[in-house]
Amino acid sequence: MKTVVFIEKNPVTDKLRDVSVELSARAHSLMSPFKGEVVGAFVGDELPSDSQLLFQYGLDRLIYNCRPQYKNLHSIAYKNVIEAMIKKENPDFVLFGATHTGRDVAPLVSSSLVTGLTADCTQLYIDEYKDRGNILYQVRPAFGGNILATIITPEHRPAMATVREGVMRLPEKRTGNPVKTEIFAMDTREQWLKNQFLQVVPKHRKVNLGSSNIIVAGGAGVGSKENFKLLYDLADALGGEVGASRAAVDYGFADKARQIGQTGAVVRPKLYIAIGISGSIQHRAGMAESNKIIAINSDPEAPIFGIAHLGIVEDFKMVIPMMLKYLKEEG
Amino acid sequence: MRTIAVLAKQVPDTANVTGKAMKEDGTVNRAALPAIFNPEDLNALEMALQIKDKLGYPVYVVSMGPPKAVDILKHSLYMGADEVYLVSDRKFAGSDTLATSYILARSLKHLGNFDLVLAGRQAIDGDTAQVGPQVAEKLDLNMISYVNRLIDVDDGSITVERDGEVQLEQIKASFPLLLTITQAANSPRYPNALNMLTYFKAKAANDIEGDPETPVIPVISSRNLDIDLSLCGLGGSPTKVHKIKSITLAGGNLQLFESSAGGVMGLVKEIIKDYVEVKE
Repeated sequence: MKTVVFIEKNPVTDKLRDVSVELSARAHSLMSPFKGEVVGAFVGDELPSDSQLLFQYGLDRLIYNCRPQYKNLHSIAYKNVIEAMIKKENPDFVLFGATHTGRDVAPLVSSSLVTGLTADCTQLYIDEYKDRGNILYQVRPAFGGNILATIITPEHRPAMATVREGVMRLPEKRTGNPVKTEIFAMDTREQWLKNQFLQVVPKHRKVNLGSSNIIVAGGAGVGSKENFKLLYDLADALGGEVGASRAAVDYGFADKARQIGQTGAVVRPKLYIAIGISGSIQHRAGMAESNKIIAINSDPEAPIFGIAHLGIVEDFKMVIPMMLKYLKEEG
Repeated sequence: MRTIAVLAKQVPDTANVTGKAMKEDGTVNRAALPAIFNPEDLNALEMALQIKDKLGYPVYVVSMGPPKAVDILKHSLYMGADEVYLVSDRKFAGSDTLATSYILARSLKHLGNFDLVLAGRQAIDGDTAQVGPQVAEKLDLNMISYVNRLIDVDDGSITVERDGEVQLEQIKASFPLLLTITQAANSPRYPNALNMLTYFKAKAANDIEGDPETPVIPVISSRNLDIDLSLCGLGGSPTKVHKIKSITLAGGNLQLFESSAGGVMGLVKEIIKDYVEVKE
């Protein structure tokens, strides 16, 4: 059995995207019981500077095709290289991170290979299916997150899936596989490189929600950008970071970089304090696995109370100042 | 004269699930959700119309769906689209993204060779973002996804800003190509009153009662297309839904604190307990 994992790097830092490591690890745990192989596939200008990390998390082999023209995403070129790599490796499954690049290249490849692709999977497992032997079961939210669907690709090969960053947890133990990289030789063609990159500007990444242990997040209920200051005060007092629901971002109360949810960041902090957040499915998709969830909302019917562990039904403008006072007292 | 095609989908309004659309068991009643023009497809249409405003290129809107999808095609006419087509056939029902892309590609080919195809990045019901790219592949078109902004366009090329997640990319490309458009790209214009007067009576071709005054919206079915039916519908869909579970919005173990000074203190004590744990 074999799984190919599309390996991606952050073009600004030149390091591996987290999701590439997460998927290598997940592929390893999927393949282990079958003594299967996990092969990474990379296309770009140069291998990520920390590629060896992939092998510590279960990758067996990394094949790559690099040339300077591939520094930026030329969708057609990437598609052709990855497709050729897949045809040569002939895997059962192919996993892509559901990054902007992944969601660009994966469907181009799946269409060309005439196979099934399932987007934004939250769970993957292998199990028997009728007379088809072992296939990949792909679980994903759909319908705006209101349902959870289990998708299968029983009759086409390879089964392809994309997974969002932060969804598959990295295992504690490292496999310590030996580093094994192989050049995949393939020419390029002018007609694949039709994009002219006039300018590439890194986005100013002010926040790293994924690595925060405490997040104080605000929703539409916070009411204004000015009111958000209370959340910043609370986050400072707790040593945490400030997040926001999509509604709060859309209303301009907070920066898009702080957005948590289905179209924002997926976080799993030890403590998540939801302030004025109603708790829509789309938001919960980004924080439901937080270790402890505290909800402060003046609406007792808010769905957030359905997943919160602790809560207060009260106006946050009254609660937060009180909390700050007690936090100061308790040291 | 270059031509522009816009792919549009009518979708249930999944982003606005209120109490009315909820069933007794706390799950969503999909049938009760109002049908809307997929938001990012509106942004795609708006971009097409902006290009039409500047260069005069005609805009064709194509939607694959059941008969009532005609509503979004009428809206497209109100906004200023030149021609609209409904792609509809029972044999297309149950199509996954691959089968849908195949049908849309065949439909576009049937209408001509478009210089520019615009599609919303993703639909709010499937949330896959796969149809745009797959149509590009089937039409052998260059493709740029996550287009945030139209920067410039002339007869030779188009320049857009792409959201590369960690970076913003300014890309210039020649025709033909397909672009997928995000909600950040623009604010879709309001329907034009004159267009509304002209088209509000429009009906799908197979819905006409012989009144010559009624504007007709052409329907493309499998009979009009050079198409392999085995690649359509459920049979043409490699991905299959194995099972579905509705997500409940209510239920859980909640410890509520009193809305009082004592209550807040109790809450803070709990947080400190975690805070101390976390600090380690």
